[in-house]
Amino acid sequence: MLTFGTGNKAVAMAVRDAKPVVVAAYPITPQTEIVEEIANFVTDGSLDARYIPVESEHSSMAACIGAAATGVRTFTATSSHGLVYMCEMLHMSAGARLPIVMANANRALGPGWNIGAEHSDSISMRDTGWLQVYVSTVQEAYDATVMAFRIAEHTDVLLPVMINLDGFLLTHITQTFETVEPGDFIPPTATPHAIDINNPGGYGTLTPGNTHFKFRHDIERGMQASVPVIVETEADFARRFGREYHLYEEYRCEDADVVIIAMGTLGKEMEVAVDILRDEGVAAGAIRMRWFRPFIVPDLDGKEVVVIDRDYSFGFGGVVANELQAKCGCKPFSVIAGLGGQEVTYDDIAEFVRIRCPGKEHWFGVDD
Amino acid sequence: MAIPDEEFLLKTTSACAGCPSSLILRYVTKAAGADTVLVIPACCTSVIQGVYPTTAMNIPVYNVAFASAAAVASGMSEAFRAEGRKTNVICYAGDGGTIDIGIQALSGALERGTDFLYICYDNEAYSNTGMQRSGATPLGAMTTTTPGGKKDQKKDLDAIVAAHNPVYQATACAAYPQDLYNKVEKALSIPGPKFMHVLAPCPPGWRFPSEKTIEMGKLAVKSGLWVLYERENGKLSITGASKAAMKKRIPVEDYLSVQGRFRKITAAETAEVQKTVEDTIARLQREVDGIC
Ligand SMILES: Cc1ncc(C[n+]2csc(CCOP(=O)(O)OP(=O)(O)O)c2C)c(N)n1
Ligand code: SF4
Repeated sequence: MLTFGTGNKAVAMAVRDAKPVVVAAYPITPQTEIVEEIANFVTDGSLDARYIPVESEHSSMAACIGAAATGVRTFTATSSHGLVYMCEMLHMSAGARLPIVMANANRALGPGWNIGAEHSDSISMRDTGWLQVYVSTVQEAYDATVMAFRIAEHTDVLLPVMINLDGFLLTHITQTFETVEPGDFIPPTATPHAIDINNPGGYGTLTPGNTHFKFRHDIERGMQASVPVIVETEADFARRFGREYHLYEEYRCEDADVVIIAMGTLGKEMEVAVDILRDEGVAAGAIRMRWFRPFIVPDLDGKEVVVIDRDYSFGFGGVVANELQAKCGCKPFSVIAGLGGQEVTYDDIAEFVRIRCPGKEHWFGVDD
Repeated sequence: MAIPDEEFLLKTTSACAGCPSSLILRYVTKAAGADTVLVIPACCTSVIQGVYPTTAMNIPVYNVAFASAAAVASGMSEAFRAEGRKTNVICYAGDGGTIDIGIQALSGALERGTDFLYICYDNEAYSNTGMQRSGATPLGAMTTTTPGGKKDQKKDLDAIVAAHNPVYQATACAAYPQDLYNKVEKALSIPGPKFMHVLAPCPPGWRFPSEKTIEMGKLAVKSGLWVLYERENGKLSITGASKAAMKKRIPVEDYLSVQGRFRKITAAETAEVQKTVEDTIARLQREVDGIC
């Protein structure tokens, strides 16, 4: 069905269509609309779920953990300070191999108090064992949310999935999008380690080092196994519903000498920048990274690389640029741009390519 | 009510000799029965249940982060109810995990009417990490972070919980298992949020010989320092051995002087403890009499 709404609304409708049994939530700008919409769906009966209006984000993830432990489908949403406040519970949920799905509206962390888009919140949760996907349109927010349940709950994966959407730039913009009826696209949850009264066991008990080590390795196996599961899920989604997604999205890359790489809404903006540069005779291309965890490296052989990070690891550098460099040996021109919702236009992005200097770092608006 | 023979806390655990917490857990699980999940935050009980892949419990035990027990229980309880299951969800948490770091989650779960039983076993310190003070440590008690004796009063957890008007609230003590058993059984027969606060005299923490756990619990009740009661739909009744203590008590001195942790308590602090006992008993008596 074709409808019209914000990124937040699209996520809420995808959650409704995926039919979770428990939703626990705590409001925070710019995510609030998601949990309000879901509360409305539960109230008007269009979603038959238990809605737990918890007292904090630490508790929303805890409540999802409790519910998912029984083997039911769960969802929550958060942003920024809410996400880092639940950090401990992100480790707990991934470590317990619970397929919780969460939307995160990417937003800066204070101080200063800022509610603009920035990826530092989710990037700083890099090592929790959560899968992270970054979306760029309202339609993609809807589709990625539907797919997230299937990916998280796949028994080869059994890891939680975070859908990241840029605060305001995507959470609050309105576009047309099409909903689907997932039906058997998302099979019923089959968590093999759901609590079983008839076969009691200890969950998360004291664990000796060697066994803990093995459990950690199993998480990494789940991460690796998620790659074919994502590919298969996206292929099946395309077959059934006609919309195609890939691990990363390439734009005019075949014959490109220089590629721009970014995530989220900037990743969409750079396609326009590529067209501008092509008109100027620069053989530019763009790669929009969708999955930050697992980190899936595109083929950058023989190409110059410009990476735009809407995040920063202090004392180190732009995270995506550095991870790419570590994985594939490229020497990117690392641009830090868009923190705290700083405006970055496609003209600005084209300029990053024009001034590129391999191996250097450039803070947009500071180094100019 | 007869206590069943069936054991859910199996023999041989990693608890200290004379551990009150395992004693309480044993009776709690007997009263709750097999269709029960325990939710346990970091505390001594995380250790008592054993090391993976073994477990000393014959019911599922979900170990969760320190601050999160009541919130995990909220999600679990809602999920069970959504699936039409009656499974008891019981949080079993120490005083630190309840009165300090976990109080936000507890308050939220009580306020939302979560169908669960929260049991705080109160050994009056963070024992798992080696006997640091908690909000439940009483005035004058030495801990590793109050080596000169605690200068602040014990936080009144029961008053905080009472302000949430749970459907059922009770105190109990490891020294009186029948009273404890009856209360757990009653609590679980009522839907909605239930809370129990159970005194757990802890030999290494309180510094008394490990065979004296029961005796120490009895002294707490006989001195009126710990009052056994239950509050059902707002109606308070004093239970068991506390009925006598409401009228006639032994001096708190008799309780304090046999515990190494009170070695540094001053005469003024002892008098203050005695006064708190008298005030609390008077307040509870007024509530029983309906004058409050
Ligand atoms: C967030 C966090 N902070 C600190 C700890 C360390 N810790 C584990 S158990 C514990 C004390 C538990 O005390 P209490 O709840 O009274 O239970 P007891 O050990 O006495 O049984 C502490 C401080 C932790 N696990 N998590
Ligand atoms: S420290 Fe106290 S409560 Fe903890 S296991 Fe030992 S006796 Fe039990």
